[in-house]
Amino acid sequence: MIRLALGLLLLGMLGLGALAAPWVQAWLGTDPFAPDLMARYGPVSAAHPLGTDELGRDLLLRLLHGARVSLSVGLAVAVGATGLGTAIGLLAAWRGGWVDAVLMRVADGMLALPALPLLVVLAAVDTGRFGLLRGEAASDILRIVLILLIFGWVGTARLARAAALTQLSLDYVAAARVSGASEGRVLLRHVLPNIAGPIGVAAALAVAGAILAESTLSFLGLGIQPPAPSWGNMLSNAQEMVFSAPMQAVWPGLCILLAVAGCTLAADGLRRR
Amino acid sequence: MPGLLAGRLVQIGVVLTLLSALTWLAMGLMPGDPVDLALSADPRLTAEDAARLRALHGLDQPLWQRYLAWAGAVLRGEFGFSRLYAVPVTEVLWPALRSTLVLLGWSLLLSAGLGIGLGVLGAVRRGAGVLADGVALLAQSLPGFWLGILLIILFAVELGWLPAGGMAEGWGLAEGARFLALPVATLAFVNIAAYARHSLSAMREEMAQPYIRTARMKGLPERQVIWGHAFPNAAIPVVTVAALDAGSLVSGALVTETIFARPGMGKLIYDSIMGNDYNLALLALLLAALVTMLATLAADIVQRIIDPRLAA
Repeated sequence: MIRLALGLLLLGMLGLGALAAPWVQAWLGTDPFAPDLMARYGPVSAAHPLGTDELGRDLLLRLLHGARVSLSVGLAVAVGATGLGTAIGLLAAWRGGWVDAVLMRVADGMLALPALPLLVVLAAVDTGRFGLLRGEAASDILRIVLILLIFGWVGTARLARAAALTQLSLDYVAAARVSGASEGRVLLRHVLPNIAGPIGVAAALAVAGAILAESTLSFLGLGIQPPAPSWGNMLSNAQEMVFSAPMQAVWPGLCILLAVAGCTLAADGLRRR
Repeated sequence: MPGLLAGRLVQIGVVLTLLSALTWLAMGLMPGDPVDLALSADPRLTAEDAARLRALHGLDQPLWQRYLAWAGAVLRGEFGFSRLYAVPVTEVLWPALRSTLVLLGWSLLLSAGLGIGLGVLGAVRRGAGVLADGVALLAQSLPGFWLGILLIILFAVELGWLPAGGMAEGWGLAEGARFLALPVATLAFVNIAAYARHSLSAMREEMAQPYIRTARMKGLPERQVIWGHAFPNAAIPVVTVAALDAGSLVSGALVTETIFARPGMGKLIYDSIMGNDYNLALLALLLAALVTMLATLAADIVQRIIDPRLAA
């Protein structure tokens, strides 16, 4: 219980920060997107509570705007991966036979691969051909979400399949079928609610995984492109400055750490309930 | 065992084939081709030159024909040249692979050793469980690249004890260790989480079994009870983790090598993709996938050796 509460508290704080970004910006009266080259690496002050970055932009505001990007990528990937994974897992468990075999071999194959090098390849694909322009925040976010979904469904699908197999062999499923329920109703109204627990845990972990993956790709310069801030791309700027401005590297990383720890704690808490 | 081995080798072959085809497709979708790069490097090249170069290198052929030609050459053992480094790819791949294997080997040893130690300690000592849980949570939540940067700030910038990156020039063992220390620490710490968590829960389960009470009743020393009786049984799920974790270890190596500017497989994959060096990128990617899958297979074999129930 403590874990769940602590995890939700951490996520709630970061979420509130992300939502409050426009008000904080209005209150501080600075623009986190306008460079001010006279104020590079500015110290902590009333106008800049965490100082300024390499282009003189307010660090706190960039962190809050970065939270919007990182958290929405995490949530979007988790929702998508959970939906897709649950559907595939249910299908495999219900249909059985070659459908099950093919889907699970694909899942095994994807689990056996090192994900990050493949994500790097996928992130380098020219998405302009599909109408997703690089460098625009919205299409960058969509691009990263789609790429992370390619690997994201696997874990949930295996979990949903295992849980659904157990449920499908229980008597209440047979009873529902005997009383004339359609297969769709059996799956959605009887099986799905009973496998929601483990799927919820997987979804919380998926948020954590997606936030980490997005920040890693953005750190490598393949994710969210500047000037849009994300915790990951703020760190890639900061790495070049470790000798002169080491504090630049501390804050974005701390945000990632807290977000991922929050999700992990929440997942742990859900599992133990 | 031979059946398992044969089945898995076939599976590895299938995955590598599919992976190479899909990656080839993805690379065809990347912006620019090598001739575009040559054009931007040399303003004297005309459009006719570009067309001639494309025809010479087969770049005017459809994507699938180029893939089949490439796959045939690879199967004949002709791995081709790296455009980025202008040498045969094998000349870049082998040193990179060796460097990465050294990094992976030490990190695996350190993370498994520390993680298992922490997990066992947490299961047998009251109070140490919180420590093991806490370290696992921290390790799981820390982004590897951030930890690397923090270590650089602390040990290279503030204290000045260790180099911030790169590789040792000579062959001296101590010099090599100085350059390895921070990358290994970074990669190992992130991977401690899975080992600590699983050995903690597995050891807790085993320590509550009746056979442990029997062993204690016989008057065995506690050390013997823990390491001789409980641990071999708890080790089975932990080896499963090692198998499942091979992929994330290799992924971690990519990030670690990028931060510390170590010329290994990860950095090679990253640089070759960024530099439009299709051939090198593809082969490096396949090699990394092969190493990962062989590591998983090795862990599965070890698991069957220590758990006779699975060997049947």
